Amino acid sequence: MKIGIVVFPGSNCEHDVAEAVTGLGATAELLWHGTRSLAAADAVVLPGGFAHGDYLRPGAIARFSPVMETVGEFARSGGAVVGICNGFQVLTEAGLLPGALQKNRGLKFLCRTVAVRVESVASVLTSGAQIGQVLDLPINHFEGNYTCASGTLEELQDRGQIVLRYVENPNGATDGIAGICSPEGNVVGLMPHPERASDELLGSADGLVLLRSLLATAVPAATGGVR
Amino acid sequence: MPAFPVLVEVTLRAGVADPQGATIERALPALGFDGVEGVRVGKAIRFTVEASDREAARAAVDDLCHRFLANPVIEDTNVTIGNGDAP
Repeated sequence: MKIGIVVFPGSNCEHDVAEAVTGLGATAELLWHGTRSLAAADAVVLPGGFAHGDYLRPGAIARFSPVMETVGEFARSGGAVVGICNGFQVLTEAGLLPGALQKNRGLKFLCRTVAVRVESVASVLTSGAQIGQVLDLPINHFEGNYTCASGTLEELQDRGQIVLRYVENPNGATDGIAGICSPEGNVVGLMPHPERASDELLGSADGLVLLRSLLATAVPAATGGVR
Repeated sequence: MPAFPVLVEVTLRAGVADPQGATIERALPALGFDGVEGVRVGKAIRFTVEASDREAARAAVDDLCHRFLANPVIEDTNVTIGNGDAP
């Protein structure tokens, strides 16, 4: 199992993700944003950080990076793609997930551990979790306030695309949304950082159930010849 | 081709909460500015665009706004195009 981790100028969580998935037995390869190759990765993670300085809007410039074209093809052919924090923002800007992330209600950068509840197990990131399971995961963002059109929200609810909700909404996110997935469940975006909750030494190991799910469900060769 | 000066104003769509605007509005009475309402904070982006005429310039800028300068999920744009230079 090989996890490709995209590195934009300004990404800063790529090594944390690599460390966490390597600890679970996967191999990790960093993918510079200027490449068009996913290096035969079985799953792709867009890590947290400030891609391209978050200029204009978080993710607005990153979506035009060459690698995103290949990530888009990979996602559309069923490949597992997970965007964490800034990676979630990139996925919405790229149109791979609906909605947008705007400034937190209260205009404060939030850096603390919050409780999130698993709302769906029909995604590559939650397949090994249980509905209703509560996880302690760190958040670390200024623009994490998920928003979307009311019609989109109904679609997300009806199709079970809301993957994680905050137990106590920290940022004003619509419907308490902390993470969503594509209708097929193979593309997931979330604001909390599972890789930063990958060992009790870090204060919580609750992120492991999510990363293990990713490693278990990102089936090699499920993706055709895109890579 | 003439170059047209362009001003793109990006604002949050009506109905999208604007905490910056709300904070400014709340602060105004304390500073002695009364009767100010409806504060909305946005961005102003200025540039020039080369185009054969004004209509072509507007079409190019509209495309640019839609695909890059604004996120249509949460933002609106208002485009002002000035007079083109003599070619």
